[in-house]
Amino acid sequence: MDIHEYQAKEILARFDVPIPRGGLAYSPEQASYRCTEIGGSAWVVKAQIHAGGRGQAGGVKVCYSDREVQDVANAMFGRRLVTKQSGPRGKLIYRVYVEEATEIARELYFGIVLDRRIERVCIISSADGGVEIEELVRSKPEALIRTTIEPAVGFLEFQAREIAFALGLPPTLTAQASRVFRRAYRAFRDLDATMLEINPLVVTSKGSLVALDAKMSFDDNALFRHLEISELRDRSQEDARESHAADRGLAYVGLDGNIGCMINGAGLAMATMDMIKLVGGEPANFLDIGGGASPERVLKAFRAVLHDKNVETMLINIFAGINRCDWVAQGIIDAFKELDVKIPVVVRLAGTHVEQGQAMLRDSGLPIITAGTLAEAAQKAVAVVGTVSAAD
Amino acid sequence: MAILIDEHTRVVVQGITGRIGRFHTEEMIDYGTQIVAGVTPGKGGETVLDRPVFNTMKDAVAATGATASIVFVPPPFAADSLMEAADAGIRLCVCITDGIPMQDMLKVKRYMRRYRAHHKMTLTGPNCAGTISPGRSLLGIMPGHIYLPGRVGVIGRSGTLGYEAASQMKALGLGVSTSVGIGGDPVNGSSFRDHLALFEADPDTDAVVMVGEIGGPQEVEGADYVREHMTKPVIAYIAGLSAPKGRKMGHAGAIVSAAGESAQEKIEVLTAAGVTVAPNPSCIGDTVAHVLSEHGLLGRSSEVGGSSAVGGSSRPTNRPVDHLKEQPTRVSELLERRRG
Repeated sequence: MDIHEYQAKEILARFDVPIPRGGLAYSPEQASYRCTEIGGSAWVVKAQIHAGGRGQAGGVKVCYSDREVQDVANAMFGRRLVTKQSGPRGKLIYRVYVEEATEIARELYFGIVLDRRIERVCIISSADGGVEIEELVRSKPEALIRTTIEPAVGFLEFQAREIAFALGLPPTLTAQASRVFRRAYRAFRDLDATMLEINPLVVTSKGSLVALDAKMSFDDNALFRHLEISELRDRSQEDARESHAADRGLAYVGLDGNIGCMINGAGLAMATMDMIKLVGGEPANFLDIGGGASPERVLKAFRAVLHDKNVETMLINIFAGINRCDWVAQGIIDAFKELDVKIPVVVRLAGTHVEQGQAMLRDSGLPIITAGTLAEAAQKAVAVVGTVSAAD
Repeated sequence: MAILIDEHTRVVVQGITGRIGRFHTEEMIDYGTQIVAGVTPGKGGETVLDRPVFNTMKDAVAATGATASIVFVPPPFAADSLMEAADAGIRLCVCITDGIPMQDMLKVKRYMRRYRAHHKMTLTGPNCAGTISPGRSLLGIMPGHIYLPGRVGVIGRSGTLGYEAASQMKALGLGVSTSVGIGGDPVNGSSFRDHLALFEADPDTDAVVMVGEIGGPQEVEGADYVREHMTKPVIAYIAGLSAPKGRKMGHAGAIVSAAGESAQEKIEVLTAAGVTVAPNPSCIGDTVAHVLSEHGLLGRSSEVGGSSAVGGSSRPTNRPVDHLKEQPTRVSELLERRRG
């Protein structure tokens, strides 16, 4: 789960990582009021969205009066900011963060991630901050400092010192830097984060360290023990189709095609999408109904798929192990009764209770197109989409 | 001899008194698995399906001589159960539980390293469908009937995609020596590489199928192992050619977040390592049959199962998509085809 910059900064501040003074605003007036509250003569207005690359997209602006802050904020509110990472639809701006401007002497990079190769948490730092990490990896891989955390003992003092020296920080700053690094790691560890990025971590012209930007993501599997984190979820930053499905306990990823998919199991779902593409179609979504799906759950999944208005045909591919084809068939029949399904539906059932499931679909008299194999199902789904669009 | 489990393997069910644990225990007993005990803390002394329930894994192992366990414990407590199994001397632990926090798994992996190689537990999963040696033993939640006993090893991250592969193989009369689910999580107990090594050493396995997907380095590590150590033919299928970058596709681990983690890149690396990659999920079985026949192994592949339905020309007949009828090809051609 992702959170906003201001939320990540609040968390870091709780762990005693220094951040600039700032305040959140839900309106241009509030943004301008924040200037008085913060004091000083220059401020930065930062659009709060769940995507990086805001600076280049016009989501971060330096201002020199409260009037200017108000105007800049006014122009941001309600806009969808499209950045390199936001996707083509962009992300809605409905809160901005106003911060005191910081005089920067140096920009550093500091990040914490899981290294899946060695299955250890890894700290990545670089003396070239302010640039995206992907860019650093591409342009200057030798300048990246990698530090591996041993889970039994955690992030050790000498490791933090090594990073501080490797970044070329002056001796007066190394002790402070080591403390900042270890506090940031503590936030990552204590809150079950999967990613923490401070970019840039700056040395100010006065010679102290400040986290100028911050990004954190959290382990969905660990939210049960961090309710305060799960409350930070911001639905406005999610794809509406995905929010709808997630609220119903379904693993759904929205895509741009017109063939709606309902499958059990993540691997089979991806394989089915691949098959659709291979025979010339475009999947509208990834959807895994999970194991032991009841007819009610199938009906919910049906709703989630049809929620996407681009869907022109539907492909249901179930290989039942702990699922039951008869339950899935019942769910499909219920969906036809309750949802006024107008689009063609292709169904492939296999595995547990497949004969009952197929018989139920056959006896229902519903205009369901059945298929015996994965390839046949994909081909039939693509074929019916073709006929629909040709008739238009 | 299959790998990891056979008809003699004695199994403890961790979390046997829960609804799901109990249901699958019954299924496994029906299949012929030697379930000898269950463990649920605080319920020691009860019985479930005529099996004694113990409070601790150490008690269960001491009383029954069990060497394997299967875990249905809910996510908040599952990591602790895995470490308890390792400490009780369990040699194979299959973790079905989905949703274990990443940091808990890092702890488990670190903890397992405290045992010397010959005492170390093999962990498969979490978030997997389990392991089956068809006709001998089933330690998991998969439908046993879709697996024909035979001489092809299967290693897969996804449960249902593994079923798809097994049933395509069965339709062609191709049997499985052991099928191992390694699970869909970013940090898992064992990887393709670990089980490739076991299959290479297993005299009853002729070839191995890897069923992979986007995300993580394990398919590429498997490819390295194949190139350097495998003498047996390896077939692979990788799901997620159409998956967008940076999005989590259902499995916590199915996300392309680094170089080499996309399906295209994995297919290229596997192909370069000499692995035959099935170009689409509907022809995994055909690809296996083709590779076996090239190596003169087709007749052997089902002899354990006794249903030797496969002749030299096992061409599939129910293939609706004309251009997919060709034999599996190299990636470049495959990609060309996708563009076309």
